This record gives sequence, structure tokens and C-alpha cells, in this order.
Amino acid sequence: MDNRKKIATVWLGGCSGCHMSLLDIDERILDVAKLADIVKSPIVDGKEFPEVDIALVEGSVTSDEHYHEIKLIRKRAKTVIAFGDCAVMTNVTGMRNYFPLKEVFDAAYVNCISNDSEGSVPNDPALLKLNDKVVPLQEVVNVDFVIPGCPPSADTIFYVLFEFLNDRIPNLSEVKKLKYG
Amino acid sequence: MDSTTKRSIYISPVTRIEGHAKISIQLDENGNVEDALFHVNEFRGFEKFCEGRMYTEMPTITPRICGICPTSHSLASVKACEMIQGIQPTYTANLLRRLMHIGQNLSSHALSFFHLSSPDFLLGYDSDPAKRNILGIAEKFPDLAVRGIRLRKFGQELSERITGKKIHIMGIAPGGMAFPLTEENRKHLLEWIPEAIETVKIGIELIKKFHEENSEMVNSFATSPTLYLGTVGPNGEHELYDGKLRFMDADGTILQDQVNPANYLDFIAERSVSWSYLKYPYYKPFGFDKGFYRVGPLARLNVSSKMKTPLAQAEFEIFKKMNGGKPVHGTFYYHYTRLIEALSDVEVAEKILNDPQVTSTHIQHKGQWNYPEGIGSSEAPRGTLFHHYKTDETGKLINVNLLIATGQNNPSMNRSVLEVAKQYVKGNDIKEGMLNRVESTIRCYDPCLSCSTHAIGTMPMEVEILDAKGNSVRKLIRD
Repeated sequence: MDNRKKIATVWLGGCSGCHMSLLDIDERILDVAKLADIVKSPIVDGKEFPEVDIALVEGSVTSDEHYHEIKLIRKRAKTVIAFGDCAVMTNVTGMRNYFPLKEVFDAAYVNCISNDSEGSVPNDPALLKLNDKVVPLQEVVNVDFVIPGCPPSADTIFYVLFEFLNDRIPNLSEVKKLKYG
Repeated sequence: MDSTTKRSIYISPVTRIEGHAKISIQLDENGNVEDALFHVNEFRGFEKFCEGRMYTEMPTITPRICGICPTSHSLASVKACEMIQGIQPTYTANLLRRLMHIGQNLSSHALSFFHLSSPDFLLGYDSDPAKRNILGIAEKFPDLAVRGIRLRKFGQELSERITGKKIHIMGIAPGGMAFPLTEENRKHLLEWIPEAIETVKIGIELIKKFHEENSEMVNSFATSPTLYLGTVGPNGEHELYDGKLRFMDADGTILQDQVNPANYLDFIAERSVSWSYLKYPYYKPFGFDKGFYRVGPLARLNVSSKMKTPLAQAEFEIFKKMNGGKPVHGTFYYHYTRLIEALSDVEVAEKILNDPQVTSTHIQHKGQWNYPEGIGSSEAPRGTLFHHYKTDETGKLINVNLLIATGQNNPSMNRSVLEVAKQYVKGNDIKEGMLNRVESTIRCYDPCLSCSTHAIGTMPMEVEILDAKGNSVRKLIRD
């Protein structure tokens, strides 16, 4: 039981599709559960980010909160995996980088054709602050492994997890699972 | 803890929902709940960054709004493109689109019920948080966990065998579909039907048993009346893919019927608020204060006159009797209605898979840019969504508006949280089980928050109590 691993899955600026693809490993999630505990994830209840062996991080860094979170994850996770194209290279989440943040914000909250003329723009202290530009994980922290794909296929995700859980380094090109988009 | 201090409680993030959010609960000087705010935290900006791209790219870009309901986005998007071209998809393309949309609805409903909500029903709201998840279910109820996982798998396979991908589908294009369904795939999908029916029935028995054993909680759980919006067929039948809009008031009077979704701006407006990245839509004729409406499975069954298939119809009749034919308002009944829809999904899928035209290769009408504006809608698992595009004469997008399912439940989610907080959170007596009940209110709506703000966000997991000046007085670690 001593070598039972701890896994966290994290969701930053992205669509959750990578997490859904993780769930697409279907019954094999029970095989993962035999080797590891999923201690923090959007699909389980958990405490503050714990010390883990593997952190699968979906999404780009789009805000102050994401920035602090990925820093914390780097401190507490032995292996940080950029999980999916948004984490690896910002992908669709990074498409807003072509426009000034204010224009992007105003398109939704000020100039939108279905908006009425009342109300106020989001500015509560409880809300995260958007960064001017969206960046991939490796611009903020060192990343140990990348799984590209939008989303990566369930087979690819299972392969990577299973290799790490058995103390092997996965090789995506060798098993022909390297794919973007 | 000084009970005279005015406090805010933050629950962050709300776990086991398909997206992240914070809830803050404001207590007054006496420790009673004064207000609750549902903060949806993140924003990605699709409406702006799609500008300048070709409208035909949208069925491929917009699924990336949300990994849980990508197909609904793709469908609303492709319908907007078809309005721009002035064409209709072929008969077979419509069958395939219906099938893949059913697949997504089924996998999303299975996820919501078996993976995310059943831990509360079967293990208890106050059970060990470390086990209160699908793996905890797998330990105690292994057969049920595998059934839930496999029901979701069937839904995902419908998508994969029609489009080549389980998530962020390919092969949908204005006028139809890019690939036909092979006979081998058709047969394979049909083999799933008996197991899927059986699993949904088990889910229905489970939720009914929970209703019986917890009737007081279920019937007092966020029950305020609202208006409802859903898509219906020409005879008022339940519809997910292609129909007209029906608005209903809290007493069951039909306010608007057979509304073309292209006229959505006549009936729906939305307002930005300071505390959330998610806007507050409302039924325009009644105004912001009285126009809150709900969407999603509860709303769809409330507005529908009938289901399309026998097993779902039998269950629908039981549901309709719950409030004498009038709309059922209890938020908890989202779970039950989600399962009735899942039953309908499997039955309709079987019917379509047996249609001789489903494997036809006549799958696409060709079209080109003809009109500057297009509006499309579909029923996502969580409710009606709208895509609205304006283009220049080269087909480049100059304006994009996205009105998303969860957004329309936002005002009601906020109010439901307040109601439950008032019932379960009292002054200093704040326990993890109670906080989980507040969260589970949100979970009833199965919100897809990445969708609705076209994004999601997250924070460390803790509950923080702040005094009136915003100083942290105490932190609750959730045990």
C-alpha cells in the first residue's frame, strides 16, 4: 500500500472537455483507483490542494487565480502534466489574445445585443481578475510532461496515467499517440 | 467566534458540478442568513474573438465553449449557418444529428445523476467527503457504478460512431453531415439499447425511493415558482433538436407558443451584474424583477404536452400528476425529469437506428452565403441555447451573440441557494454537511459553467468567514 499514488486533476481556463475525455476511460477508472487515490478533482469533494504525485492540469492560465493556483500546484505535485491543447499552447482559450481585453470584456457585458441598458459590469472582489493575455502552463511553471489534443483521446490519457502510476515515463511518439487538435 | 460580527461565508469552489463557482453567504448581526450570492468565476470571450472569422468555422470553434455539451453548441451553430445559407439539412442528416444529440444528452444526464449526484443519495449528504464520489459508489455499490459509467459510455459512443469523436465532434457542416453511418456502427449501437433502458429504469427507481424516504426535504427544497422555457414540437411534444419555443408561467398558462427561435430577442433580454461573470437573462415582457424563468429538463417537461415514446410517456404522466397538471417547481425534481428524458433518449435512439434511411449516403445539401444574419437554437442537456451571427458579404463574422442554457437558470440558481441557505445554515452552526446542501442545490441544475460564461475558474478549497470589513476571522477546512 506504501507505493499507492495520489492524483489530482485541475481545471483552469478551458472547457472541461479534457476532464470529460478522462471520464471516457470508462470502466478503466476503476483500474486507476486500484493503483491511486484521486484526492482532488472537479468530480470529487476535497480539501485545499494537497501534496500529490501526479497533477493533470487542464486549461490555460487566464487570471490571477489561475496564476497562483498553478504556482501552488507546482510546489505540491511531483509531476505536473499539461493536460490538453489549452494547457500546452492555449488553443481556443488563447484566441482572445488577438484583441485588447477591454474589447473582449465589453463585447459580453456592455455592447451585447441581448443586454438591457441597466445593470453593471462584473467587478466583485470575489471574482478573479482576468490577465491581459492568456498563457500556457509552461510560461508560468516548469511542466514535466505534455498530453496534447483537443481533447486528448481517452486511450492516450489512460496510457499516460498508467505509465506514471507504474513508475515509467510514457513515450507518446513511440506508441503513436501524439496528436494536436 | 463573536456572534455579533456580520459575516460572509464563502464556499469555494463548488465541487461535483460541471464547472466551478463560488457561493458567498452573508449573515446578519444575529447570525441569520441575510443574502446569498452565486459567483460564476471566469470568462473566455468567444463573442469577441470569433469576430473576423468565417461563419462556417463556427460549428467547429463553438463546441470548445464546453466539453460537456459540445454537440448542442455545434447544432445551434450549424443551424445559424443554415439560416445564413437559406438551406435545410437532408432527412438522413437530421436523423444523424438527432442521434448524436441524444448521445450527448444521455451521457451528460448519466454523468449528472450517477457520477455527481448519486453519492449524495446513496452515501448521504453528511458522509465522508473523501468517499462521496463515483469511486465511493464503486466501493459500496459496484454494479450501479459500472452501470452509470456504461450508460455515459453509450451516449459518448453514439457521438463517436456518427462523428468520429466523443468530444468536440467533427463532420457536421451546413446542409448536413460529412460522413454517413455505417451498417456496422448502426448494429453496434442498437446492441446497447436493452442495457441502457434497464440502467435508466434503475436510476428512476432509485430517485423515487429517495423521494419517498425524504419527502419533507425534497418538497421543501428550493420550491419557489418561476416561469419556464423549453423547445416543443408542432403538437407540443418534448423536443431537443429542432422545434419552436414555448414559454409557460408558474400556473401552467402558456404565455407564448410555437415561437420561432430566430425571434428570441423579442422575448429574452439579459443584464450584467457586478458579482458574477454570468449574466442574468429574463423574460422580456415581464421585466427583470418578475421575468425569471428556468430551462433544462424540469422546464422541458413542465412545458411539454407529451413525450414521443411509450415508456417515457408513462413516467411523464406520473410526473404531471405531482402538481395536478401544473408545473412542478421543486428544484429537486430536476433529477427525476433528467432521468425521464434519459429514458426518452434511449427509446428515440432505438427508433431512429431502426429507420431504414439512417445509413443513407444522402447526407448533405450544398449551399453558399446568401443572407447576412443567422440564428440557431438547440436544447442542451441544461436547457435552450441560442447562437446569433451577423456577417459581412464575404461571410466574415462581424457580431456574435451566445445565449447559453445555464445562464438562463442563473437568477433561479441564485434564489434557490438563498432559500436553502436560509433553511440549513444557522449562525455559528455551520457544518460541512450543510454547506454541501447549499452546493447540492446548485448541482440540481447541473450547471455547465464553462458554457455559460464561455469559461470556468477555480480556487483553493476552503470556506472562509469574513467580517464586515472583509477581514478573515476564521477558516473552515471541509471535513
